Amino acid sequence: MFDGPEPIYVQIAQMIRSQVLAGELAEEEQVMSTTQFATTFRINPATAAKAFTGLVEEGVLYKRRGLGMFVAPGARERLLDQHRQAYYDDVLAPALAQAAVLGIPTEEIVAYITGSDGTDGAAHQTTQEKS
Amino acid sequence: MTPEPFGARLDDVVVRFGKQRRMTVDGTTFKDDATVALAGVDLTIRPGVITGVLGRNGAGKSTLLTLLAAFNRPTSGTVRLGPDGVSPDTWEDPWENPWVTSNVQLVRESGDLQDDEKLSETLRYYADLRPCWDADLAARLLDMFEVNPRKKPAALSRGKRSAVGATIGLAARAPLTIFDEVYLGMDAPTRYAFYDEILADYAEHPRTILLSSHLVEEVERLFEDVIVLDRGGVLLAETAEEMGRRGFSLTGPASAVERLAGDRRVLHRQQLGGTLQVTLEGAPDDGEATAARAAGVELGALPLQDLFVRLTDPARSERPAAGRPAVTETDR
Repeated sequence: MFDGPEPIYVQIAQMIRSQVLAGELAEEEQVMSTTQFATTFRINPATAAKAFTGLVEEGVLYKRRGLGMFVAPGARERLLDQHRQAYYDDVLAPALAQAAVLGIPTEEIVAYITGSDGTDGAAHQTTQEKS
Repeated sequence: MTPEPFGARLDDVVVRFGKQRRMTVDGTTFKDDATVALAGVDLTIRPGVITGVLGRNGAGKSTLLTLLAAFNRPTSGTVRLGPDGVSPDTWEDPWENPWVTSNVQLVRESGDLQDDEKLSETLRYYADLRPCWDADLAARLLDMFEVNPRKKPAALSRGKRSAVGATIGLAARAPLTIFDEVYLGMDAPTRYAFYDEILADYAEHPRTILLSSHLVEEVERLFEDVIVLDRGGVLLAETAEEMGRRGFSLTGPASAVERLAGDRRVLHRQQLGGTLQVTLEGAPDDGEATAARAAGVELGALPLQDLFVRLTDPARSERPAAGRPAVTETDR
């Protein structure tokens, strides 16, 4: 858990964003407390708190005094917007650049996506991937 | 009520052991060579934070920690301790200072237990000593560690003695709590239970915790700050996050990794067939991260353990100047 190159608090924030995007964390649902996070993942509570602070600033979470952190209304919609925009830059552009390096013609890629090359098409496979 | 966590400041602290005048048989005197345990340490320990104290054997960890608990006194320099929220200028020398020392709980690997009395006697002693002692917590932890308080400490195994030390350290709820290699002899499940209890109790009752350990991989994520000692000096003292930015790894096809590594300083290199892993100094920027992903190269974090091993490599010729990043001096 959390062995990416980014600081752990960035990875925690990313995990919560993914859960909200996937609908695993519903809007107005309570997220784990920093203490629960710290003991569950055996990390310093300040690390978890830092992730939460960032998510509050982004509007993904909000704090209810004395109760804890909750998923903000509209958070999923906002995250979807952001991730859709980023998808082209972060996912598709590098993939197409790699295709160019390998000399795969654009028509072949289009055919692969639409499934008209005889495969099932890749479009529905990629939906399995969380950003 | 939880008292304010304690911070600490050390200014130019030197500790020498064994230096004394001795007389030879013919009546002349000579001076013994002293062992320098700490050589001019300047250090601030942030209140309310879990700080890791790392260093190889003989680096000065235990000496540093005993100074804070006033088990020991610096040969020169000053040690000051005091609560968060007041100016560090008003912090006090812990030496023979009951107010400071009642707020500091040092657990050493020896455990400091009364060996020929029942364990419950030792617990009573610490309960008298520590204003915030939580007897219920002590009882619960001993139960969890499966230690019988009616036994004498002398009858306990190494691991169980350590578990008693862990119990005392946590139940004392001292504003400055120090665990000096308290994990010794504990099996892995017990160690993890100990870490979990530290985190849970720390979250509930914020205080300053210093933890020294050689099991860097196990404990690195508990730390907010990290101190690395080497040969009596402070090699690094910074946040765990800053330390994490000191390096990263690239793993993937050799040619792509070489290209991405560019002219960054390579700390470590390992090749298996066509796959190359390099550990590089510094942090990757966004462009590098994107380029790595596009080239099928995996970016990885630099484990604190690897950084620590490289920093304290005995082959390393010189110690970096104070305040300067140390990584540049290491490795071939």
